[in-house]
Amino acid sequence: MLLIYCPYCEEERSELEFRGAGDAHIVRPSNIADITDEEFEEFFFLRDNPKGLIFERWRHINGCGRFFNAARDTVSDKFKLTYKAGEPKPDLDAAAPAAALVETYEATESNAK
Amino acid sequence: MADLATRTLPLSGFHGGSASASVSPAAPASRLSLRAKPDAVASLSAALGIELPTRPKASASSGGRHALWLGPDEWLIIDETEADLLSSAASSGVMHSATDVSHRNTALLVKGPGAEATLNSGCPQDLSLAIFPVGGCSRTVFGKAEIVLLRTAEDAFRVECWRSFAPYVSGLLAEGAEDSGH
Ligand SMILES: [Zn+2]
Repeated sequence: MLLIYCPYCEEERSELEFRGAGDAHIVRPSNIADITDEEFEEFFFLRDNPKGLIFERWRHINGCGRFFNAARDTVSDKFKLTYKAGEPKPDLDAAAPAAALVETYEATESNAK
Repeated sequence: MADLATRTLPLSGFHGGSASASVSPAAPASRLSLRAKPDAVASLSAALGIELPTRPKASASSGGRHALWLGPDEWLIIDETEADLLSSAASSGVMHSATDVSHRNTALLVKGPGAEATLNSGCPQDLSLAIFPVGGCSRTVFGKAEIVLLRTAEDAFRVECWRSFAPYVSGLLAEGAEDSGH
């Protein structure tokens, strides 16, 4: 079972209580009526879909109900850390160097929580 | 002679459970879904006569009234004497949002040495006493349904669920109770 740490409940809970809510730190333009269709497309539809580290919004929908942000690895599906909505995007490289990605079952699944 | 509507309780006639865990419908209660900012908590606590908990998974109980922490600004208030909670909250005089959910929810009581195992048949939370002590509460899931769980004793839980989910939740609890003795 994948466990996710909720920064509001201050404990790990089963993924069954959570729902993903897309990329985090997407800033809505303050002049949304003035931007071009291409700029709107960029803001509204286009995402990077990175292989590796991604910052996402998650919601503890069947728990405290709060939205929060998470840094997750899209290869291993591991949550690197979670933080409250409104807090700045953390610099993970400064905190700890990321381990090289090895896409074997043992490397990605064997010690998954 | 006037026709009078007869209120049928959502789990009227339900019985279930096993030697290790009984599952029974709780008596009707009044309930409030309460939202408020931190600066309103003291006044609302005074108006409701119960201290609104501000820590995750914490609850307060007194005289058949319970205040359950659901989120940083959200509580479920339950009164087993069916008191008028809405008026009490309104008398606080501070900004808050209160919705009467007395009839949206219903509740089941699970009791016995197999109560923990019965709940864990559909709830993924760690319900061991160290992690989920007496008085602990949480909104969570039971199978495919959302529930609010309150531990009322070491071997007893109150399971709040939405009225339309009651047949599903009670049925799955009855199954869990059957298995909890094995
Ligand atoms: Zn939470």
